[in-house]
Amino acid sequence: MKKRLFENTVHGIFLMLGLITVGCVLLITVYLIVSGIPAIKEIGLANFLFGKEWASTATEPKFGILPFILTSVYGTAGAILIGVPIGFLTAVFLSKVAEKKTRAVIEAAVNLLAGIPSVVYGLVGMLVLVPGIREIFGVPDGSGLLAAIIVLAVMILPNIIKVSITALDAVPKEYEDASLALGATPTETYFKVSVPAAKSGIAAAVVLGVGRAIGEAMAVMMVAGNVANMPSLFESVRFLTTAVASEMAYSSPGSLQRNALFSIALVLFLFIMMINAALNFFLKRSKEK
Amino acid sequence: MNQKRKLYITTMRGLMVISTALTAALVLFLLGYVLIKGIPNITWELLSTKPSYLTERIGILPDILNTVYIVLATLLVVLPLGVGAAIYLTEYARNKRLVSIIEYASETLSGIPSIIYGLVGMLVFAGNFGTSLLAGALTLVIMNLPTVMRTTQESLKTVPQSYREGAFGLGAGKWRVIRTVVLPGCVDGVITGCILSIGRILGESAALLFTAGFAHSLNSIFTAFTRPGATLSVALYVYAKEDGEFGVAFAIAAILMVLTLLINLAASLVGKYFAKRRNA
Repeated sequence: MKKRLFENTVHGIFLMLGLITVGCVLLITVYLIVSGIPAIKEIGLANFLFGKEWASTATEPKFGILPFILTSVYGTAGAILIGVPIGFLTAVFLSKVAEKKTRAVIEAAVNLLAGIPSVVYGLVGMLVLVPGIREIFGVPDGSGLLAAIIVLAVMILPNIIKVSITALDAVPKEYEDASLALGATPTETYFKVSVPAAKSGIAAAVVLGVGRAIGEAMAVMMVAGNVANMPSLFESVRFLTTAVASEMAYSSPGSLQRNALFSIALVLFLFIMMINAALNFFLKRSKEK
Repeated sequence: MNQKRKLYITTMRGLMVISTALTAALVLFLLGYVLIKGIPNITWELLSTKPSYLTERIGILPDILNTVYIVLATLLVVLPLGVGAAIYLTEYARNKRLVSIIEYASETLSGIPSIIYGLVGMLVFAGNFGTSLLAGALTLVIMNLPTVMRTTQESLKTVPQSYREGAFGLGAGKWRVIRTVVLPGCVDGVITGCILSIGRILGESAALLFTAGFAHSLNSIFTAFTRPGATLSVALYVYAKEDGEFGVAFAIAAILMVLTLLINLAASLVGKYFAKRRNA
């Protein structure tokens, strides 16, 4: 009897520990919704989401976050456009062509790329990329959307490579053998047989990259210039993440400005939840195969 | 072979090689650039003092200590929670629905960007404990929970079912089986989880900026947790972006780079060691 009581208590403790992640997700969701809704109510949903002007400290403050949303979308799209082809081709090379030793060395390098703190990317971006863009394109200030896109492309590269390699490695050898036996060259086999067979996993890699890019704050903050302009390649811009980060320190608690920052975070959170759902969908599909 | 096929093959091969070379060159450049710019700026004085307005010199000792404190505190809390959750999932949970909910929650947590953790940590933890290392550490606990859970779960799956059955057959209760058979089997997962978490904590800045703040004052381990303080990554950001002290920023970047290298090395060595032991 006593033993059963003890076992049940232990079971209860582990159940609580197991539910902790669910609790955390609920906590985050509830806090973001509760603190994000008031400002949206006060500003009006349409004005907030589609307003083209953000002037939170003006005498007649304006809280339109369309510039941030578009910057985040364009910035992420740009990073994907550059990062995915490079990452994907590297993954095919490492998974199918490279010798064991080469693969081990480059994979270690990719892991290092994944581990470098985002502020280090930001720092190098500030001192190499930004002056570089200024010189090459002859613009007065190199910090802006283009610099952010390049930094983000580099930052998502390791995610794309690693997830794609896992997917490509899992392609059954028989598929490739069959293709080779039918007279296709190795390269044709990789791209016309292996890649299509691994497409769910590669899609998951892309979605993961989208999530990383849209959520990155500090590196972008250091190279994007931080002015609430509508997005254009050489102009200083603000992302959803940097809009939150750059004004949080000096907004006073309870003010409409701070509440609006929480509303921005809520919008970002909704984006991320949609991306997570997509990621889960692709991962599940690639596992079922 | 016709012309078109040949062209396709050459192009694809070329693109693959160029992409891989580009990736490798990028890593080499980043590593070289940061180390070359950073290492000359690392002096004993920088490492062993705190910033002083009187001498106008910058020291990063407080930031180093804060980083150590925050790593220790986070691990101290996240390890029992994460390992416990993993044990629940692999040893206790029978309800498939519940398992998938918990796993979905954990995947959601690992996808949430750090700036959102920073905001919620600011509301929940900094709201209760003030902007302090404690608030920062608790925020990082939530961030690293999925990592520790995942690595522990993976290593638990490698404990053979027959071990558990043997222990049950000898009359052991569930808790005893977990304590004597299951827990020793997940040491490698816990160590890997620790290493990965340390890496993530070292690199974290957005989640700490509004929870642990960016003070550079020197604290002992007993008083640190109630006071604000910057970790190395946060200090790098502040020195580079706010103060324009690029020399110090690069010194910190070089230190972080070397630590990242060491962490990656440790993770792969641990993985190899345990894989060998398991197969032996």
